[in-house]
Amino acid sequence: MSDWRQMWTDLDMDLEKHDILMNVLGQIYDDLFISQHDRPEGMGYYDFVMTELHGLRVKELMDMKEQGKKVVGTFCVFVPEEIVVGSGNACIGLCAGADFTVPDGEAVLPRNICSLIKSLMGFKLAKICPYFQATDLVVGETTCDGKKKAWEILNEYVPTYVMELPQCKETRDMELWEAEIKRFKEKIDELSGRVITADEIAEGIRIVNAKRDVLQRLQNLRAADPSPISGKDAILINQLSFFDDHKRFTEMTSKLCDELEKKVATGEGVFPKGTPRILLAGTPMPIPFWKPHHIIETSGAVVVGEESCIGTRYFESKIPEIPTTIDEQITALAKRSMGVNCSCFTPNTARGEDIVRLAKDLKVDGVIYFNLMFCQPYSIEYGVIEKRLEKEGIPIIKIESDFSDEDSGQLKTRIEAFVEMVKK
Amino acid sequence: MFVVGIDAGSTATKAVLLEDENLIAWSMNPTGWSPRETAKNIFTSLLEKTGVEEGSLAAVVATGYGRMGISFATKTLTEISCHAKGAHYYFPENETIIDIGGQDSKIIQISPKGSVTKFAMNDKCAAGTGRFLQVMATALGMDLADMANITDIEPCKINSMCTVFAESEVISLLANGAAKESIAAGLYYSVAKRIVSMSSGFRINKITFTGGTAKNSGLKQALEKELRHSLVIPQEPQIIGALGAALSFNSL
Repeated sequence: MSDWRQMWTDLDMDLEKHDILMNVLGQIYDDLFISQHDRPEGMGYYDFVMTELHGLRVKELMDMKEQGKKVVGTFCVFVPEEIVVGSGNACIGLCAGADFTVPDGEAVLPRNICSLIKSLMGFKLAKICPYFQATDLVVGETTCDGKKKAWEILNEYVPTYVMELPQCKETRDMELWEAEIKRFKEKIDELSGRVITADEIAEGIRIVNAKRDVLQRLQNLRAADPSPISGKDAILINQLSFFDDHKRFTEMTSKLCDELEKKVATGEGVFPKGTPRILLAGTPMPIPFWKPHHIIETSGAVVVGEESCIGTRYFESKIPEIPTTIDEQITALAKRSMGVNCSCFTPNTARGEDIVRLAKDLKVDGVIYFNLMFCQPYSIEYGVIEKRLEKEGIPIIKIESDFSDEDSGQLKTRIEAFVEMVKK
Repeated sequence: MFVVGIDAGSTATKAVLLEDENLIAWSMNPTGWSPRETAKNIFTSLLEKTGVEEGSLAAVVATGYGRMGISFATKTLTEISCHAKGAHYYFPENETIIDIGGQDSKIIQISPKGSVTKFAMNDKCAAGTGRFLQVMATALGMDLADMANITDIEPCKINSMCTVFAESEVISLLANGAAKESIAAGLYYSVAKRIVSMSSGFRINKITFTGGTAKNSGLKQALEKELRHSLVIPQEPQIIGALGAALSFNSL
């Protein structure tokens, strides 16, 4: 580890606080992940990525920076990472899922806002995330009120570029969003010190499409009963897709899918066949937030899908045909992200159809709607989703929580009761 | 066939013995500081009292807050499923169960067959639970049992939802000369309002009221007024969870 201490010092990190975080995370990872039974062999790669998350991967980014490349940090799947990837710079989806950093975030933010925002702010203020420290440009977006105002504060600590996301999905909104992507492209040109070409963007689209495709492939394999992989392992893979080198990640995840395909063929799973199947729907679950999955999978059920930004809302949106001119590429990128049925948009009725489709395709016994406390859009949308699922006779329950462990007991009672309720 | 059901609640531990789904005997003790020990003791004395051997039991099903610590249980189940089963046993036509226990309150909707279709819980805050009434009884210098008989009194308005702040408010009201009975009536309305706000989204119809607090006539009256519906109460409302646990044996 001593190699990395110099790198972390160069990144102006708080080494003491970072040590505490690493110890805590290490213990949690052992308890939650390593202790699982019948894990696919291919999970060894992701375990390795986790042990080296603040080490080797960061070193790769530092090497890129030495070559004049930049690190762009994002927090939303609407951001066209394809442009950044195509330009040869690094695009990292930054951490926002630790309770550990919430108190630091609360130093500059009110308590009664979403933990994701408090956590991301805390990661920067506490200087314990090497990715954040290495980031040259943060890309924010006007998704929700909390994020909108938080970027103003974050900009005092790291250059933050904000994309204006429209509220609706009409023609006028598409025009705004295309203009925003064009402006973003110009920003990346400026960051790179040159004009990125259409060929480069096409390659970026290809690379990111491939990553989305492999995540879709992984998701499809979870439709089997028994599922060949736990929901916990699946969400971890989805979370790591925002950090790892795209090509390597796609290759390793493809290998894992090959292994899982064999398991499905022989009926091998991580839980017995007939274990109650759950679809988790709701607000994003960034790394290292694993609480809902852990509670569900230790209460007699298996999570077979996530309708979340870290989940289907990320990889289901794709660019089917890659255009060759920049203007067409910008239009395609705008269409891709506008296909994401995020609650920040109004109306958002298509999301109900997404959840019904996923529930049926994955043959779930019930849907657990997880809402981060204080997230208004997703919380209010629950009513609409509940009614839609009631029409289909699909059981659903809403769980509201934050990143802390103080309500784990209460959540477990509710989740266990729901599993008892939906068991056949 | 003998089955024992144990409800290890936060305030009281209850145990029932069923023979072929008929209630033979039951026991209840304060949980105290060791749910595990209390459960073991109550189990042992119930068997002694009835002369049934532990070996002849088909199952021991545990529920409640302390269920995980009951090592001799053959199965555990959440209190939601158990209250549904137990309430349905006595009142099979009822669709809704309101349970107000020592430290939590719940609303459960059930199908005609007695299976849970929807539920809501308040277990993050003492307001609207037995604990709230216990704290207030102490503040009023009254026995909970005496306070329970206060009905048909014009209630005093209690503004604070929080148990801690409501206690301060009660003490102020007493100091300003308000009658204990009015304050008690006001407290019952506070609890009833909490339950009403939890009930939004539920079909409130044909209600069974369970939990230790169901023995409180003042609370029953306030709930019926605020819900605009009558409540039926089983003879022993506190053992419904344990009963449901034992009844669940067949469907495990």
